[in-house]
Amino acid sequence: MEFALSEDQRLLQSSLQGTLENVSPLETVRRFAAGEQDVAKAIDTALAELGLGQLLVPEAHGGLGLGALDAALVQEALGFAVSPAAFLAGAMASEAIGQAGSTAQKYKWLPMLADGSVKIAVALTETVSMREGAGLIEDGGKLTGKALFALETNSASHVLTADITGKLYLVDLAEKSAKLSPLETIDQTRTYAELTLDKTPAEPHADEAKRGEALARTLGLGRILLAADTLGACQNMLEKAVTYAAERQQFGRVIGSFQAVKHMCAEMAAKLEPCRSLVWHAAYIFDTEPEKAALMACLAKSHISEVGTFIARTSTEVHGGMGFTDLVGLHYWFKRIGTNRQWLGSPEQLRAEAASLQGWA
Amino acid sequence: MDLALSPEYEAFRAEIAALLKANADKAPANSDRGLKHPKRLAWQKFLIEHGLTARTIPTEYGGYGASPDILQSRIIAEEFAKSGLPRGLAGQGISMLVPTLLELGTDEQKAQWIAPTLAGETVWCQGYSEPGAGSDLASLKTRAEIDGDDYVINGQKIWTSTAKQADMIFCLVRTEPDAKKHHGISYLIFSMDTPGIEVRPLVDMTGSANFNEVFFTDVRVPRSQIVGEPGKGWQVANATLTHERGMLGDPNAAEARLLAIADLMQTETLNGAPLMDNPVLRDRLIRLQAEVYAMQANGLRVMTARLKKESAGMAGLLIKLQGCQLNHELARLAIDALGEIGVLYGETPYLKDNGSWQWRYMYDLGLIIGGGTAQIQKNIIAERGLGLPREPRLAKQQGG
Repeated sequence: MEFALSEDQRLLQSSLQGTLENVSPLETVRRFAAGEQDVAKAIDTALAELGLGQLLVPEAHGGLGLGALDAALVQEALGFAVSPAAFLAGAMASEAIGQAGSTAQKYKWLPMLADGSVKIAVALTETVSMREGAGLIEDGGKLTGKALFALETNSASHVLTADITGKLYLVDLAEKSAKLSPLETIDQTRTYAELTLDKTPAEPHADEAKRGEALARTLGLGRILLAADTLGACQNMLEKAVTYAAERQQFGRVIGSFQAVKHMCAEMAAKLEPCRSLVWHAAYIFDTEPEKAALMACLAKSHISEVGTFIARTSTEVHGGMGFTDLVGLHYWFKRIGTNRQWLGSPEQLRAEAASLQGWA
Repeated sequence: MDLALSPEYEAFRAEIAALLKANADKAPANSDRGLKHPKRLAWQKFLIEHGLTARTIPTEYGGYGASPDILQSRIIAEEFAKSGLPRGLAGQGISMLVPTLLELGTDEQKAQWIAPTLAGETVWCQGYSEPGAGSDLASLKTRAEIDGDDYVINGQKIWTSTAKQADMIFCLVRTEPDAKKHHGISYLIFSMDTPGIEVRPLVDMTGSANFNEVFFTDVRVPRSQIVGEPGKGWQVANATLTHERGMLGDPNAAEARLLAIADLMQTETLNGAPLMDNPVLRDRLIRLQAEVYAMQANGLRVMTARLKKESAGMAGLLIKLQGCQLNHELARLAIDALGEIGVLYGETPYLKDNGSWQWRYMYDLGLIIGGGTAQIQKNIIAERGLGLPREPRLAKQQGG
């Protein structure tokens, strides 16, 4: 019985954090946000050298065969750095293909995911939230319709999506009838797009029997990773607030010695630390107790989203007027947390889902 | 990360579960009131003999004498929770005085006090807080002056639970009034039958007297009844205060309450439909469920740190603040779910769960304040956990 990270996991954390400090500093994030999306390529290359693309791919298919907790640690580091690096969509695609792909599909796609020769975006919003008439309809092996808020589209060659019955597909973005048009959100550290398909050929995941489970697992992993991303972003906002409160002087003393400010920092820390345990636990459960995984993912993401909203606001307030400026750049974290909160299920949606998973609704 | 228990521990769990099941008839009922009810003392004796309480206290002091094993302790706690049977006694004598004596008491003190305390025959109360010394406990003023072989104690304590029932008190008193405030305090133990002690019940918002005021007028206590050295009482007491904070935020208790509320919401109805059908109440329930699981996972992390003899850091510091707050919120949800029925209290028709939710809602607010207020907890988290500076002292300010 041990609830702690392994030596390897701590090594992964520190090498990743070191790499991101070098290749994905705030300056680079700012350039990405200003539209220079090519800056993400250098980050993706550096992360590929650390083996991140291989992380969740089974060893038999050229990957490292690691688990959801390892993936969560990666995403936590990316959230800490508000990095535009691609990771989440590829991880979800590995899970989807591993769950519901045929043997042939696994041999085809997983090695390419591992070595980076395909980059997969993810467009699964409508499996959780159907709005604005979006949703893809399958007819004769071809998909038609639109899917909103496709993520990590900037460097993608393919997209993982689902039709309105929840069946998963891979679509080659080189198809002429597949269109991606950008959606501008508050979060400019990542790209979002509307995917439009018109009788576009799509490769369905072969295993019909596992359709529901494959989607649930894929969403579950996505939610855990979004929770981890918010965890990392919150940790950074907390650290920034504490550093600022210990330096900034007013009325002849550092503001962190005033209880009004000190208690804001304490509240952030006291709320955040149990979230770290919750997210790690949810990731661990994802691999060890599949029957509880969906529930734990809902609880982890909904809870850290609430705490994230509190920390995003409170850290900004601790920074006073400077927190409101672009100069300090705190808003990149604020907005990333705000976007994670809604994507793949808002807290209210996730709690409703958690209730029905337990037979309470 | 590996949350599975080894086969040895699984076997231990099965053994404990079987033991509890086979002996459930020995347990006292709720109606067997009184700290020294014969059935309660017999149950305590049974629990000690089988290592289900006082497990790691040496046999020479009346304990079971097992070597400390955090996982075994946890398994025992979980099996008690599952069985619904009452756990071993955990009054302030057992949870606070016994660890203090084991660490700092003389051989005579250990031999005299630990065994009867564990057996439940000697009940203790704690004399720490005073009307003028709450969060600033070290400013306490109850004084003990040396007169021959005795200390003569004058002053007042407050928030003393079980003072009426207690045989003995462990008490902080000021023995060196000229020393700096943390250095002039001593830790004395003496009988509550000593002449000059008056106990007045302090009725609180729950309607009961869960606490008392204790007045000392020329109370004579032999100088040998000090624990630790004169003037070192603050350090003696601090070892056990840490213990109290850990005790006040038990995540397993929170889970039991959450499940009880889920049951309540499935069985009770509003306008003909189960309370659980109300999406707003359901949303609040799940919100608290996530927090309960977060605190449980946090508890596992703290336990792992203890197993490795490492500091749990922030994960440990937050337990009292977050745990007490969570329990209070759970009670609030139960009351809101019951609505008008939720305000029933006392002995009245339609009462649910014996009115325990209102009682908890009030009593848990007391726990948020007691044992280091929420605001003091935040100071501790910010100063020890985050390294933020202390509030500058007013006295050191220059000029006017």
